[in-house]
Amino acid sequence: MGQTIAEKIFSQHVGKKVYAGDFVIAKLDLVMAHDTTCAWAIDPFYEIAKKVWDKKKIFIPFDHAFPAPNVQMAKLQAKIRKFANEQGIPITTDGVCHQIMSERFINPGNLILGADSHSPTGGGLGALTIGVGSTDAAIAMATGTCWFRVPQTIRINVSGKLKKGVFSKDVILMIAKKFGPEGGNYRVLEYGGETVHNFSVPARLTLTNMSAEMGAKAAIVEPDEQTEKYLKENQRLYKFDKKSLWSDADAVYEKVMNYDVSELTPQIAEPPDIDRVKSVSEIEKKKIKVDQVFIGSCTNCRIEDLDVVYKMFQKNNLNPNVRTIITPASKLVFLQALAKGYIEFFTKKNAIILTPGCGPCLGRHGGVLYDNEVCVSTSNRNFTGRMGSPKALIYLASPATAAASAITGYITDPRKYL
Amino acid sequence: MNWIFRNNINTDLITPGRYNITTDAMELAKITFIEHRPEFSKTVKNGDFIIAGNNFGCGSSRETAVTALKACGIKAVIAKSFARIFYRNCIDQGLLAIIAPTDNISENDKLRIDIEKQLVMNISKKKEIKAVIPPLMIKLFESAGIIPYLKKNGLGSLKKLFEV
Repeated sequence: MGQTIAEKIFSQHVGKKVYAGDFVIAKLDLVMAHDTTCAWAIDPFYEIAKKVWDKKKIFIPFDHAFPAPNVQMAKLQAKIRKFANEQGIPITTDGVCHQIMSERFINPGNLILGADSHSPTGGGLGALTIGVGSTDAAIAMATGTCWFRVPQTIRINVSGKLKKGVFSKDVILMIAKKFGPEGGNYRVLEYGGETVHNFSVPARLTLTNMSAEMGAKAAIVEPDEQTEKYLKENQRLYKFDKKSLWSDADAVYEKVMNYDVSELTPQIAEPPDIDRVKSVSEIEKKKIKVDQVFIGSCTNCRIEDLDVVYKMFQKNNLNPNVRTIITPASKLVFLQALAKGYIEFFTKKNAIILTPGCGPCLGRHGGVLYDNEVCVSTSNRNFTGRMGSPKALIYLASPATAAASAITGYITDPRKYL
Repeated sequence: MNWIFRNNINTDLITPGRYNITTDAMELAKITFIEHRPEFSKTVKNGDFIIAGNNFGCGSSRETAVTALKACGIKAVIAKSFARIFYRNCIDQGLLAIIAPTDNISENDKLRIDIEKQLVMNISKKKEIKAVIPPLMIKLFESAGIIPYLKKNGLGSLKKLFEV
């Protein structure tokens, strides 16, 4: 019987053929817990173990609020530092966990556990990267294993050439509108089709990242030449065999969805839910005044994104009534932007450059919103209170739409500024 | 009493990120639903139920959402459906997350859970509601969570959880 990519990866980590619905205990290639979730994993870990199973396979990034913005966060980070020192695990402070893992660790076919809901991001590299809570992370750090129910897969084929000004973020917002916040619950979302195969890995990471918003357990893109290119660009010598990883022709999918994106226009999600998606041109008519633009997060602040923003800002000044915050996703992206002259350019344009990390996405520091303020954000969550006051309004869009809105001061279709 | 919630209650509403900066469960209890339902943490009583619609616990992986509800004394969360990480965290922490139709449960209905028969008994309305409580959740509820279970039985006992 044929298998999906997810079933193949689980089988390889369980040591026998397994299929959707099977309960398994699988070996893990990597376990990640960050400056919020790791803090809660430490006490349960020491309840059941003294030493971690393999200190080289545990990744602890400080990204959610780093450097610490207040005493409470400093206390949490001190607790994690003590644990990491005891276990001989280095702490990484180079940017958002999912971005760092994609740049450095995630290989096609891996099974990776992350104590963060956006863990599906890494599936853009053809791996199975699954989000859990702190207790599961603690058990995984102790044993190198985790229990799973092998999930069903929904196949999503995307075809058609995107028009100018339309990006993978617009594609995933359109899909989120169709699926809703629960449409992918518990499933693996497997992306394919010509459009996805033409996307670079960074563009794919936006698709897999936002799959978490539909409740997906994991999201995956078939690894191909683009994946090879990305690994090579990041000095990673890893060979993989497409045939052993791609879904079989007779694999059983729960359903198959087909989308043609050749007529898609820039999309935007209104607060407070992921499926309140409209075309930007429609929202533009409302002349919604913007107080803050956030270009950042694990969804959209890679160098490709900053290339787009740079081009748009070259010809235009930023609206002085908007706080434009740019947070490169990682130290690598920051250095790339520095080498291209973007950091100096953005700074002179009066944008605010923040330390690589989660930035204001989760409302802990670096751009917290006040009552009734409007933010256009390239991140993934527009929940009430997510970025500050519960009365603030968060609109999710592509870096191009965010940049256009930073220029005009109201929510703006990016196509005339490209 | 029963605390009634709508669909898609996310972890940012249960324990908002900005307040979620402690590893003390009792501190978490004080900030539970702090903005979404400010009276909750002040008046919630041991043995109360959370009643919700679809996709309860969606959003982040923060297990503090489960820890906080447990610290508030919530006996069980009964919802039409749950988001997967929240559901998994409930299993791990031994908090009953019961899948059942919840439309006809009112704030003051007296409820009782029959784990064996997989029922939510609405004593006030004299109704029995069919519910889903998987064997793994029951086992870990009875062990007060997976960490106490592993502590008692050893790390090798993980496999035994899945033996029928």
